[in-house]
Amino acid sequence: MIDEKHYNFAFLDEGSKREIRRSILKAVAIPGYQVPFGSRELPIGRGWGTGGIQITLSIIGREDVLKVIDQGSDESVNAVNIKKLVEECTGVEITTDSEKASVIQSRHRIPEIPMRNDQILVLQVPTPEPLRIVEPREAVTKQMHAEAEYSGMWLSLYEDLTQYGEISISSEYPVMVENRYVMNPSPIPRYDNQKLKDSETLYLFGAGREKKIYAIPPHTEVVSMCFDDVPFRTENFEGKHCRLCGATGVYLDEIIDEKTGEKVYECSDTGFCSGRRERIS
Amino acid sequence: MENPVLNINHLTVRYGKTCEYCRNGGELDKNTCPHCKTVWACNDVNVSLYEGEILGIVGESGSGKSTLMKSLYFDFDITEGEGYLKNFEDGKSDIFAQSLQQKKYIKNHIMGMVYQNPMLGLRMDYSGAGNIAEKLIAAGHRSYDGMNERVVELLDAVEILQSRKKEPPKNFSGGMQQRVQISKALANNPAILLLDEVTTGLDLSVQAKVLELIRKIRQEFHISIMLVSHDLAVIRMLADRTIVMLDGKIIEQGLTDQILDDPQMPYTQQLVHSLL
Amino acid sequence: MAYVAVTGGKEAIEQSLKLLEIFRQSDEELSVKCIRENMGLLIDKIMSEAGFYSEEYAALALKQCEGSVEEAVFLLRAYRSTLPRNYYSNAIDTADMRLIRRISAAFKDIPGGQILGPTYDYSHRLLDFSLEDGQEQEKASDTITDEPEKAISEEISGEDIRCQRVTDLLKAEHVLADVPPDDTPPFDVTSNLITFPAPRSARLQTFARSDAGFLGGVAYSSMRGYGAVHPTVSELRCGYVEVCVPYVMDEDEEICIGEILVTEVEALVPSHTETEEEFDKMTLSGGYGLIFGRNENKAIAMSIADASLEKPGDTPSQDEEFVLTHGDCLEMSGFISHLKLPHYVTFQSKLDRVRTKEEV
Repeated sequence: MIDEKHYNFAFLDEGSKREIRRSILKAVAIPGYQVPFGSRELPIGRGWGTGGIQITLSIIGREDVLKVIDQGSDESVNAVNIKKLVEECTGVEITTDSEKASVIQSRHRIPEIPMRNDQILVLQVPTPEPLRIVEPREAVTKQMHAEAEYSGMWLSLYEDLTQYGEISISSEYPVMVENRYVMNPSPIPRYDNQKLKDSETLYLFGAGREKKIYAIPPHTEVVSMCFDDVPFRTENFEGKHCRLCGATGVYLDEIIDEKTGEKVYECSDTGFCSGRRERIS
Repeated sequence: MENPVLNINHLTVRYGKTCEYCRNGGELDKNTCPHCKTVWACNDVNVSLYEGEILGIVGESGSGKSTLMKSLYFDFDITEGEGYLKNFEDGKSDIFAQSLQQKKYIKNHIMGMVYQNPMLGLRMDYSGAGNIAEKLIAAGHRSYDGMNERVVELLDAVEILQSRKKEPPKNFSGGMQQRVQISKALANNPAILLLDEVTTGLDLSVQAKVLELIRKIRQEFHISIMLVSHDLAVIRMLADRTIVMLDGKIIEQGLTDQILDDPQMPYTQQLVHSLL
Repeated sequence: MAYVAVTGGKEAIEQSLKLLEIFRQSDEELSVKCIRENMGLLIDKIMSEAGFYSEEYAALALKQCEGSVEEAVFLLRAYRSTLPRNYYSNAIDTADMRLIRRISAAFKDIPGGQILGPTYDYSHRLLDFSLEDGQEQEKASDTITDEPEKAISEEISGEDIRCQRVTDLLKAEHVLADVPPDDTPPFDVTSNLITFPAPRSARLQTFARSDAGFLGGVAYSSMRGYGAVHPTVSELRCGYVEVCVPYVMDEDEEICIGEILVTEVEALVPSHTETEEEFDKMTLSGGYGLIFGRNENKAIAMSIADASLEKPGDTPSQDEEFVLTHGDCLEMSGFISHLKLPHYVTFQSKLDRVRTKEEV
């Protein structure tokens, strides 16, 4: 359907792509700062990863190899749908092997295998503003960031601890970047937060509907917000393992076995899981 | 009484464009210019607050006493004037000329404010403990246990049961809400406490308890207090010195007993006699 | 496990697309031309919400998506992203509009006169069974003379009517504050993130593309009492305006690249202004609406929403950020529909928190 006669390489016109790349550069220069950009409409729904897709379309070249995952899965409908679009308008090679990919676009997960310096991870973000949970107005949150006024955020953590004895934020747990900006790491589980810190790879975050781009360049200081004497806790999969590849110490999906009705677990990162199984057999 | 912790010089808060007439000191209709309708909420006010004293400010509504208080806490922007705090850069820098960050520092470390309306001073849906912790967080505390210890101390100081610290202030009575506000204001051991009509609207018996608490706090925390009230009984009970304000100006000041027992200005005489 | 099955996502999508084709199948194929000519108001609605003026493509989009407004808007917006922007048009002069309809609720007699034009306002909303299949021919031959096509086109185009705006008269009398011309380049909401407080150009662009239902709700709430704007429609005019771009060889010259049909509304509300002489002078101020196509209610709603934001207050219609960020058809439908995407990872994380709390 996307033919060269009617559509440009990577769908967007060159002017738009250049504009988005400039926003990306600014984001890399100011880690954790949300750079506003003129988000374009795409053939995929706003709220369905259009921020990430615009970044991918703007940075992708003919030699790139792309992997797209959703919830850790290469084959989920949304991942397939995004891959199909990028493939049709660029003709680039698509892979499920995270080590082979030069660009990985993801929703809600960071791959288990640590990413390298020559790779880029693009994350889709529904609500880029981490302070939205304490303040609905953009005009106000913008000022809060400018003044590094984060007491409201800290207070909500304190309230949680006081009321429940635990911090109730599950995924998209806020992080402090280079001791300056509080940032929403996108709805990745807390387990993935640790991978943001001092990493080898460049993380780009795109929010299409909210029209923001932000970045964590390699070797950036990223700390999950927590009090000095309350440890940050990730999801607990102790004593559990993947029923397919046997992996432990990875993020697992909980599944009810249809036959036995028992609770069992599988790797959330399907590319990682199938790779392990291939190597084992 | 030689040691002011706060000096306010020529403070003016104005709303409106002003005109030739009112700029040159023409007579105003109450605090409003009859020509250009500019409101002179505070008009060339000079105040000093001394270490350890309670300074009362009386006046009817519209006299500028609350405006003065809220300007000091940077809730209103002032039009003209200067302010110096002993605890801020040795009293050498005008506090009104500071950046937003510095003003926040002053609010969080040197001053505490208790509003007449608890809605202004408290987050009604957060816990009582959280309300106090907010002030600690703003001052840079990041130890959860450390903050909790301080919250316990402060709640004890204002006589709120520990068992109620998780409840939100919206569940509390008016007197209790004021006590939470006071403990919040005291959280970072400020040098100055600003109290704006804190007992107004409370039952007499509750009022008495809050006033007693303020007296106790002055001693325990060795703090200087500026207290705004339209109620002369409150002023008589607490204030060492008193300032009388009318239409945005200070018209009389002195020791409280002297002001209340031997007022010099006709307005003060009227005020004292109408109430006694 | 349904649609996230570890494999099979690709096949599921292909089958789903095939099913769509089946749902769209009919013995009688609608032509794009037929949609364009029979469904004019629907086309106008789609063009306005898409911010894309092309009757042809709007009709094509409608045909492709079973007549879903949000899908059609979506298709046009996505297509628009692929087109380079070659020109910015000059400001359109609506005083020079070739009118097909023009009414004023403020004055009975206006220079140039009231022109009722095509409107459903005074039609009785009775189902017209004569339009049922098979009866159309007879009905048509009743009303139209021997030369049907010529008669209709004469009726519609009529003479070339152009006239001054009603507000120009009020400005001359000084009851409406005269606004000095402002030639600041407008903010472009399609290539910038709007910030608050937003310039009026950003506000008007956002409203012009807003979902008609959302904008209607905002305006209605303001009129009913959640706000203070119950305006008088000074003028509602609908007609054709020329779109011109600067001539490349000589910027002072312009080239007309075509005509578009628009609806314009100027609404009046009482207001107070501060002048040198008077502190509080009663005057009238305006709310403005301009929408692609024949889109009268949306244009009126826009003028009310615009006027609401000029008045200080706490109602939803007066909250700039609220009304400007929640009305885009694509953004709202996109974010609502994204809830259909799998959320297994985040839900797993939530479960972890709930279970931990139970333990505590």
